[in-house]
Amino acid sequence: MARTRFRSDRGLTFRMGGVGLGLGALYVAFGALLITQTNFALGLIITLGMAWGQWYFSDTLALKSMGAKEVTPEQAPELHAMIDRLCSLADMPKPRVAVSVTDMPNAFATGRTPKHSAVCVTTGIMQRLDADELEGVLAHELSHIANRDVSVMTVASSLGLLAGFITRWGMYFGGGRNRDNNGGGVPFLAVFAVSLVVYFVSFLLTRALSRYRELSADRSGAYLTGRPSTLSSALVKISGEMARIPNRDLREASAISAFFFAPAINRESIGALMSTHPPLQQRLDNLAKIGAELSEKG
Amino acid sequence: MGILDSILGRSKPPAANLDALFAVPQAALSLAGEGFTATGVGGVCYRAAEGGAFAETETQIKQLVATGGGPTIEGTTDRFGFRWLTVTRTDSDVSGLVTDLHAANASLADAGFGSALLCSTVVFTTPAKKPMALVYLYKRGTFYPFAPETDERRDNALELQVRGLIANDVTVEADLSRWLAIWGAPGL
Repeated sequence: MARTRFRSDRGLTFRMGGVGLGLGALYVAFGALLITQTNFALGLIITLGMAWGQWYFSDTLALKSMGAKEVTPEQAPELHAMIDRLCSLADMPKPRVAVSVTDMPNAFATGRTPKHSAVCVTTGIMQRLDADELEGVLAHELSHIANRDVSVMTVASSLGLLAGFITRWGMYFGGGRNRDNNGGGVPFLAVFAVSLVVYFVSFLLTRALSRYRELSADRSGAYLTGRPSTLSSALVKISGEMARIPNRDLREASAISAFFFAPAINRESIGALMSTHPPLQQRLDNLAKIGAELSEKG
Repeated sequence: MGILDSILGRSKPPAANLDALFAVPQAALSLAGEGFTATGVGGVCYRAAEGGAFAETETQIKQLVATGGGPTIEGTTDRFGFRWLTVTRTDSDVSGLVTDLHAANASLADAGFGSALLCSTVVFTTPAKKPMALVYLYKRGTFYPFAPETDERRDNALELQVRGLIANDVTVEADLSRWLAIWGAPGL
């Protein structure tokens, strides 16, 4: 039996499992609460339907929102050849390849299943990275596809969506309905409050899950190319440039910070809890560890 | 990949299937019947990992294959950053060539780099005196023919013809979209 140098990161798996269990528990508790409030059936269907649509059309939607155009092997021969080889190494179907004409260095993968997926790079990232670094980034994105991250994150975040919907729906219609329904006010308010809490907790958990999956894609991508150092240097290059451009909406950002009235919590730890990607240093440390494992002799 | 692996974000690199290479001599016989001759050139293509362990393995392979003075072995890096170990035999003995290639990829797999193997080639000369490679995909365990022409064009008709010839000897890749071109591969 040939040995493999690939080692799965137990700690990462356990943390991911823990977050998954937490989300599952929230689902069950929230579902039980909803069943007692049959009025929400319509909202439930609409919200879950929206989440389903977002998942089903994720590749088209994401490409459209980035203004990305699919490219043929004739238009981008180098990019296609690179992805061809990586897919062959990883034994996965080739995703659609798209390029977005924007100066912001970025790349993303999307799609509901590995067969219906797309990987997109911006012209900015192709200009800034050399071929090896771009390959590291593509391997990372292909790992997202292989790990079915879009499906997992959609399922994980639809609870938050649902809770968010109920919170908003409650604000507009809740009061009116309660007037004709004596005694219905108290349970409704309870549901409203619980939704608020569920929304908030699931938001934090989803973000945590997203960070773990980034680490996991880093890991698989590095093993795919055998060169964790190229992904590290790509990360340093991109985050050096990207850190100056905030991509969170100004209004959204202020809405979130409204929750944080307690000055006791320091700003950096809030940032770490909220962000969808793990801090750069953590990613670099993990990649360095893989590099050391790959060069072990004997 | 299972559902649990998806949920936990665990992906394992696919293992390489090494033994199917030994079916190549049989395919070479079928091809010889139609005028294709073996050139005695074959290659192993893989993704070189960084670090000392990989370089050491590569040196060992070169020593292993080149003993006895028969075949020569040469390492090159192509424009995609993949490494090629090219074995050249003067006697154009396909069985011997396949044994050499197997020695190379078995050494890589033993050192823990089996998942880095991309493909292996055995080069033939077509009846029209053009090069043609039988490409083996490690991860799929399948073969396909690759017949390059000038200007990065492929002779698809010939490739499909070869598919018919070798279909009984080796497993031919059924998905035509996986018949990837390997422009500039050594020996072509």
